[in-house]
Amino acid sequence: MSNILSVITFLPLAGALLIATLNADAKGNARWIALWTTLVTFFVSLLIWWNFDTTTAGFQFVEEHAWLGPLKYKMGVDGISMLFVILTTFLMPLCILASWVSIQDRVKEYMIAFLVLETLMLGVFSALDLVLFYIFFEGGLIPMFLIIGVWGGKRRVYASFKFFLYTLLGSVLMLLAMMAMYWHAGTTDIPTLLQTKFPPEMQLWLWIAFFASFAVKMPMWPVHTWLPDAHVEAPTAGSVILAGILLKMGGYGFLRFSLPMFPNASADLAPFIFTLSIVAIIYTSLVALVQEDMKKLIAYSSVAHMGYVTMGIFTASQQGVDGAIFQMLSHGLVSSALFLCVGVIYDRMHTREIAAYGGLAERMPKYAAAFMVFTMANVGLPGTTGFIGEFLTLLAAFKANTWVAILATTGIILSAAYALYLYRRIIFGVLEKANLRSILDLSPREVAILAPLVLLTIFYGFYPAPVLDVTATSVKNLVQNYQSAQHTAAALLAP
Amino acid sequence: MDSALLHIVLPELILALGALTLLMIGVFTSNGETAGRLVGWLAIGVFVAAIIAIFQQSGISIVFENAFVSDPLTRFFKIVILVAAVLSLVMTFDDFGRAKLMLFEYPVLMLLAALGMLMMVSANDLIALYLGLELQNLALYVIAAFKRDNIRSSEAGLKYFVLSALASGLLLYGASLLYGVTGSTGYVAIAAASRVPEMASNIGLTVGLVFVLVGLAFKIASVPFHMWTPDVYQGAPTPVTAFLASASKVAAMALIVRFTQAALPGISGEWQQIIIFLSIASMVLGAFAAIGQTNIKRLLAYSAIGHVGFALVGLAANNTEGTAGVLIYLAIYVAMTLGAFACVLAMRRKGGNVEDIADLSGLAKTDLTYASVLALLMFSLAGIPPLAGFWAKWYVFLPAIKAGLYPLAVIGVVTSVVGAFYYLRIVKVMFFDDAAEAFVPRESKISAVMALSAIFVLAFVLPFIGGTLVDAATAAAAVLAPAQAL
Repeated sequence: MSNILSVITFLPLAGALLIATLNADAKGNARWIALWTTLVTFFVSLLIWWNFDTTTAGFQFVEEHAWLGPLKYKMGVDGISMLFVILTTFLMPLCILASWVSIQDRVKEYMIAFLVLETLMLGVFSALDLVLFYIFFEGGLIPMFLIIGVWGGKRRVYASFKFFLYTLLGSVLMLLAMMAMYWHAGTTDIPTLLQTKFPPEMQLWLWIAFFASFAVKMPMWPVHTWLPDAHVEAPTAGSVILAGILLKMGGYGFLRFSLPMFPNASADLAPFIFTLSIVAIIYTSLVALVQEDMKKLIAYSSVAHMGYVTMGIFTASQQGVDGAIFQMLSHGLVSSALFLCVGVIYDRMHTREIAAYGGLAERMPKYAAAFMVFTMANVGLPGTTGFIGEFLTLLAAFKANTWVAILATTGIILSAAYALYLYRRIIFGVLEKANLRSILDLSPREVAILAPLVLLTIFYGFYPAPVLDVTATSVKNLVQNYQSAQHTAAALLAP
Repeated sequence: MDSALLHIVLPELILALGALTLLMIGVFTSNGETAGRLVGWLAIGVFVAAIIAIFQQSGISIVFENAFVSDPLTRFFKIVILVAAVLSLVMTFDDFGRAKLMLFEYPVLMLLAALGMLMMVSANDLIALYLGLELQNLALYVIAAFKRDNIRSSEAGLKYFVLSALASGLLLYGASLLYGVTGSTGYVAIAAASRVPEMASNIGLTVGLVFVLVGLAFKIASVPFHMWTPDVYQGAPTPVTAFLASASKVAAMALIVRFTQAALPGISGEWQQIIIFLSIASMVLGAFAAIGQTNIKRLLAYSAIGHVGFALVGLAANNTEGTAGVLIYLAIYVAMTLGAFACVLAMRRKGGNVEDIADLSGLAKTDLTYASVLALLMFSLAGIPPLAGFWAKWYVFLPAIKAGLYPLAVIGVVTSVVGAFYYLRIVKVMFFDDAAEAFVPRESKISAVMALSAIFVLAFVLPFIGGTLVDAATAAAAVLAPAQAL
């Protein structure tokens, strides 16, 4: 049990090596090995949830080994990171299934890239050493670059370069900040750094450097422009991973580093974050409204939804942070599902133009029903996961700053506008286009992909307690530390 | 000569005697091609013997009137140089064989060049420095022009000779100034003189330092003394380029590291400024100038310029961690460079070698292993974790941050992002573009070098490879520490 995190992190890599040693022609084998690897990883990762102690705020399943010099190989999860691990392992089998027929070219390399990517993503959420975290965080660029570039759409080269360079530029500054933290604290051990008090002056610079990285990854307005390109050009499963997990690394980074390690800088700069969040929520929602491309629309809606996350995180209150985590998990399910839904009709018609569709309800009732659930969750309808996250973050924002809450709430109306408008144009209306008359409803494989997502979206929408229980203790601890840091700072300033 | 002394200079003796013996063997073997191959393999044997001799040594010894030093630092550099020499010699056989140039002179010249490099590394005196440097240079001029019927190769040799001679002249002039000011050519005496407080403002000392550093900056090809690099790297036969870019660069860096830290610790502020300038200029030019290149050897030349800039970041920090960082950077850089040039050598169609980046088009479809190895090396050169290139950057920027050189570090990492663009371009050509005509099958020797390099780059992250190297470098760097404490 003590090294379960390493096991689930490196299982996919082992699967990738297995595929790499296979005969190049064995497409089917590559798919099945990838599917089984991801499924086994998922079920093993459930053991973590099963054995997770929700009463403690500290890190669990910790393992530590000597590595390079003073750097340690240290893994562990707490209430903040554990569910992201589960989300990753849960989405991966769905991604493999979603690529089952749509990827026919270089299947072996594709599956290897995805499995390597899974290892790196799991590592990000369970690393307890700064350098180890950075390695997983940046290493993910390599497989994602190849996934977009090799299996992507028409402008894949542009999109992959933009994705890679944008993200890298943000991250290298974080790397320098990590070095500065190492010289200040003498260690790169994350639990120790969480206890370290950095001087406020230094916090500001470190905060900015980490912000550069996480804001790009998140992405926050105005550094979000890589996301629509990457999403549109990536293959369906690539978009799912981008929206479902890679974007969460930004939010996770804010929660793991910026907020607890630099509490004074976070408090000082919270208004700045609120402003950016509100611009993201309102502006990108408006941009989403005019999109002609389905994937682009969902991509912009992702940026808007991430606005709630950053807003919630920097309220630094129990509801806000809980809500932000919940919103990230919910977005991980819902936007992934939306991209999968787009993939379903893209596989049939090979276009993402909204105008090319209409009246699909007639031929695809099952699809229309599933799409409806996800559209509603995207809007934040009560009874879906989308509602819980948005409600909690808005509640916290209301307490922190009423204007922020009022402006952010308008985003919900806008999200209803663009999501329902999209739904109406694709699903409703009269089935006029001749080539749509023979379109088929969901295949059993596609049902198997979408059904778990529908169930979870509704289940956690009505009963969010299992998720909130996991996060509660760790978040409470985080918020308390944050507030005590503010009091200390205030006491120092007092005459 | 007493046996202790013999033990200290044994690696150099092995190379010197080996070179002379192989010269005799070559002269008295009638068939040129056979002699070349035989002498080539024997030369590898001599290199290996020298490596073994280095592993037998321990401790710190300074001999020959303080002119020659043997300590963990020199041994680290020497092993990197000799391994690079062996691998570039291995890559030579088939390439030169095809051009009917696998002559016995070539391995002998490589042995002599390596001997010069070992002297440079061990030099603890300006005269020893110059001796080693010129021995190396004269051998290198000849092998750069070794494809004598090829106009570009001759041009490379000539250009290298003329510009290098100029740089040597500058270096000598600087050395004479240092001698004039301090009254000695030995590092120990110069160091003692430079620590006298009023020396810090001595114009002769500063000018001497500048001239010596200019000469050395030429040898490591750092901006603004880099102009020869793209032409020479492109023109010289590819195995020679690999040798120039790896071993020769390490030796020259070794000179700079020891000269700055052991000879002039008293005016560290002065040379730090120069190193910082060289470093920034090299990183920036290396990153931007490489973008427009279409020839892969020229691209690697600009990349080499950039990497020298990164390695100098460690030196600019002027602390023990920084010296260790330079060592780690060079070792990793050598591994990546040799692999990259092996990949260039494998770019061969029926008509001979090709060197355009466009020729790599769609390589992933025709030879996935080859494309993957080159892609790994490119990602590693770009410094993407978890590959070795990331660690190289980590270990030079870490000391720079400790020394408070924040602008240097920020410029460095930003240029590394710019650099990533052109490395990615090669990956893009190989993986995203449509397939061109396939290359002829790789030779086993080239594949072996490629595989070694790829494994090193991938496995560096494991403690028993990266950890061992980092520990060795840290121990090696510690020998220069006492000088700084004063």
